[in-house]
Amino acid sequence: MNEQLAKQYWKKNIKYLIILLSIWFTVSFGFGIILIDELNQFKIGGFKLGFWFAQQGSIYVFVALILVYILLMNRLDKKFNSKRSS
Amino acid sequence: MSLQLWIWLMVGVTFTLYIGIAIWSKAGSTKEFYVAGSGVSPIANGMATAADWMSAASFISMAGLISFMGYDGSVYLMGWTGGYVLLALLLAPYLRKFGKFTVPDFIGDRYYSNTARVVAVICALIISFTYVAGQMRGVGLVFSRYLEVDINTGVFIGMAIVLFYAVLGGMKGITYTQVAQYCVLIFAFMVPAIFISIQMTGNPIPQIGFGSQGTDGMYLLDKLDGLSRELGFHQYTSGSKSKLDVFFITAALMVGTAGLPHVIVRFFTVKKVSDARKSAGWALLFIAILYTTAPAIAVFARINLIETVSEKRYDELPGWFDNWEKTGLLTFDDKNKDGLVQYLADPQLNELIIDRDIMVMANPEIAELPNWVIALLAAGALAAALSTAAGLLLVISASVSHDLIKKIIKPDVSEKGELIAARVSAFFAVLLAGYFGINPPGFVAATVALAFGLAAASFFPAIVMGIFYKRMNKEGAISGMIVGLLLMLFYMTKFKFGWFGGGTSDDWWFGVSPEGFGTFAMLANFIVSLTVCHLTSKPPKEIQELVESIRIPSIE
Repeated sequence: MNEQLAKQYWKKNIKYLIILLSIWFTVSFGFGIILIDELNQFKIGGFKLGFWFAQQGSIYVFVALILVYILLMNRLDKKFNSKRSS
Repeated sequence: MSLQLWIWLMVGVTFTLYIGIAIWSKAGSTKEFYVAGSGVSPIANGMATAADWMSAASFISMAGLISFMGYDGSVYLMGWTGGYVLLALLLAPYLRKFGKFTVPDFIGDRYYSNTARVVAVICALIISFTYVAGQMRGVGLVFSRYLEVDINTGVFIGMAIVLFYAVLGGMKGITYTQVAQYCVLIFAFMVPAIFISIQMTGNPIPQIGFGSQGTDGMYLLDKLDGLSRELGFHQYTSGSKSKLDVFFITAALMVGTAGLPHVIVRFFTVKKVSDARKSAGWALLFIAILYTTAPAIAVFARINLIETVSEKRYDELPGWFDNWEKTGLLTFDDKNKDGLVQYLADPQLNELIIDRDIMVMANPEIAELPNWVIALLAAGALAAALSTAAGLLLVISASVSHDLIKKIIKPDVSEKGELIAARVSAFFAVLLAGYFGINPPGFVAATVALAFGLAAASFFPAIVMGIFYKRMNKEGAISGMIVGLLLMLFYMTKFKFGWFGGGTSDDWWFGVSPEGFGTFAMLANFIVSLTVCHLTSKPPKEIQELVESIRIPSIE
């Protein structure tokens, strides 16, 4: 029973990792480097969009990603622990 | 009050604070010495990690680097923050669950081999020594520029302070001084940035300010692009490096960050797995405050500088120009004898050479801010250099006393004996770091990139596969680490020092610079590890069970 639960827990964790790391890759390597010329045609305030992602936006998203991961994992831990102790 | 007096006061008060904290948090056991008794709260650990991580280079040099590189400087911003996402998601929680003291501990146990442990110790020592030499040099430089003492005297003062709290307090002492040092350094970095942002744009938030309009109604970035074009530089908001190289450098810095031993050990100091995740989040938030402000300072400083000096009469320049000329960080050579300063991209016509470090250090003077702000900046730069140096010294001392003496040479050493060994090795590590600070090896600048490349090429793949790939065995991990390490050393020495026939940027493999080569060496490590692992036998059953157990946090 516990082994089954541990497997489910790990699978869920991997799913979260894949989603969050895809976003991590997209905002930094995607928007900040690969697609920068396309995005630089748009502007927010005085910032060209691609430049903003490279020097500001990606960092804000990084902080948000860790925050989301903390919340998701805390919820998963709680569910897992209550099932395991019952 | 004079500037000198202000500086002595600020430096004196902050140093007294660090010493006070060290006496209060003296380590009594090896667990306290290596991992602060694993009882640090996530928010305190977040601050300590941020101070540990942000070195003299982040504080003094980074904004200046970006100032001259423009968009290309983004590699540092994304590279040195994005690594924390990898740390929080792929490493920190599992290493905390594993729950030992050092990175070689994990490598040695997970790969059931003392050979793997020794390889890991060698990597940790090379990475930490290259890094720490630069920090001690930074301490000496700040002392000599601001307090007009000899650079070597500055290094000695820095050594004495670090010696005191690292040897006495171990990780426990370092953690709480780093919390104080974070507060000092972030305050020192933000105050001038906020002042200048208000002066130039009327907006107190620098992150928004550098995308706003200046007093003349023009967007600052458009203005800077225009000025750069006029003077013959590349446009500020677009780069001059190839996209592929920017990609590789960013990746190498990110992965290297996640593989640096002095950052990883910080996550051994919290109580439980969920705290390790939380403190990674806090750490990145605290780091992001400085890292999102740095590009704003870069823009403010560059515009200020160009407007103050370009095509102005040399004998009418403000006093700060004179002061920094004396330090040799600014040099002016009136090539066409017209008495005006020509600051141009063309080296034939350019008359002004500017050291990048000036952009942060002289910034308050250029913007005519009060003396106490300049003094604060000096204290902040010292806090940044000392906190990083201390974290690195602890990795060095733990590698010697724990990984080498306790785990390999003399396993029956008593707890008390190990603690003495830890203090003695910390003592010698400080002396050695001080020696390198006074006689800096010529390769210091090249080796910072090397440290990241090595961390990316050696530790990161070994740890990640140790957690996420149960089938990985010792043969695979050891051969991968050795290949990654040697490949990185080969490429770096070939193109930086001209060994193995040397070469220019035309000879770079696939156009990847030595700074970005860590990504390449990391991929080589992964490929070699996986290939070798499938040609050799599975790891023993108890190791597979160990991997199972670190994946799941215990019931709380």
